Amino acid sequence: MMKGTGKKMDQHIKAPMTQEDAKKLRSGDYVYITGTIYTARDAAHKRMYEALEKGEALPLDMKNNIIYYMGPSPAREGRPIGSAGPTTASRMDKYAPSLLDLGLIGMIGKGKRSDAVKEAIIRNGAVYFAAVGGAGALLSKSIKASEVIAYDDLGTEAIRKLEVEDFPVIVVIDSEGNNLYETAIEEYKTL
Amino acid sequence: MRTIDVAEITENIKEMCIEANHFLTSDMDAAMKNAVDTEKAPLGKQILCQLQDNLKIAGEDMIPICQDTGMAVIFMEIGQDVHFTGGVLEEAINEGVRRGYVDGYLRKSVVKDPLIRENTKDNTPAIIHYEMVPGDKVKITVAPKGFGSENMSRVFMLKPADGIEGVKNAVMTAVKDAGPNACPPMVVGVGIGGTFEKCALMAKKALTRPVNEHSDIPYVKELEEELLEKINKTGIGPGGLGGTTTALAVNINTYPTHIAGLPVGINICCHVNRHAVRVI
Repeated sequence: MMKGTGKKMDQHIKAPMTQEDAKKLRSGDYVYITGTIYTARDAAHKRMYEALEKGEALPLDMKNNIIYYMGPSPAREGRPIGSAGPTTASRMDKYAPSLLDLGLIGMIGKGKRSDAVKEAIIRNGAVYFAAVGGAGALLSKSIKASEVIAYDDLGTEAIRKLEVEDFPVIVVIDSEGNNLYETAIEEYKTL
Repeated sequence: MRTIDVAEITENIKEMCIEANHFLTSDMDAAMKNAVDTEKAPLGKQILCQLQDNLKIAGEDMIPICQDTGMAVIFMEIGQDVHFTGGVLEEAINEGVRRGYVDGYLRKSVVKDPLIRENTKDNTPAIIHYEMVPGDKVKITVAPKGFGSENMSRVFMLKPADGIEGVKNAVMTAVKDAGPNACPPMVVGVGIGGTFEKCALMAKKALTRPVNEHSDIPYVKELEEELLEKINKTGIGPGGLGGTTTALAVNINTYPTHIAGLPVGINICCHVNRHAVRVI
């Protein structure tokens, strides 16, 4: 895939994912995810964060799970989901470290992350993946089933359990803290 | 005097919301295709190919191009010889948005209050800009705007002494700060001059100009070309994952301003630069 850089690889992984598997992934790897992942974006993160502050249980166990920052468009009849691309991850930066410390192993989104999130990724041996922003129609084809499991009243922002098959993502920040957004840009910068 | 029933406005806006969210305009479509050929980075090229597949699936299967089907920004250029009947124009416009987003399986992304944040569940209200123009026609532009890129937009109140270099720095700052967050390749709308709100509105409207058309003002055209070249040398690339296609166009609009000011508005749009235009 990434010609010229040599070490980048195509990988197929299962979700949920163990920390051992997460540590094998490298920034720049093209990864196809198959299995179960969960969606949560702004409003769901705020609610989970408030639940933690009050000492309440979360609606899903973070351990070894992957959260996809995504709020879909409505599904047409006979389809599992509507358009389903990633949203900007940085809006979840305030909440992500707490979830990573509870065992969250992967996050799928788009865009930059804060230093606090990067440190939490390294501390917990986790991974930040990017899916291609604005490719919601294409990405929806890798989602085979979708079910709201919590916060139904939030509409598109509810927490959904997704069954995915070869869902395409790219490792941006790996468990050692290497960041593709920083390295790849340098490669093509001519200013 | 020409009479138009507002029901006609509702029906057109409904259709335009659905159209804009599933099909790019021909100029945007051509620019996206061209980018596949010119992109130098292998991963960048691969992402641009995926975006081609995405556009094909969106149109064929009627799945919105992007799940963020936006807040409906609507420009109404109303001929002063038009008289509307059958209801209140603003309500008719919002009814069109409501029907488009509910019937068209588009995402409802609007909250009623910016801090209480309860979803209105029908994507209303729209953001409506009215302009009175000569004649007896109504030109409607529906431009659904996603917030990944909207959030990366900026207004700079520069000093006259900052001049054209100040404007260039402002645009480059906004683009570099946006990076991968704005879903590049982006389209950069710029408004120079006017007042605080005028420059932002010009920047928004500039995004609806075809990406293959330049400003009529020679120095502005040169500025558009120079900024596009500089932006494409940042290395940000498709998806922000490195490459030579960071922007597809820089569209700049200008307006007279005050002796003490140089306002610059920069409205960034992702590669899903949506708009539908109809003249009634």
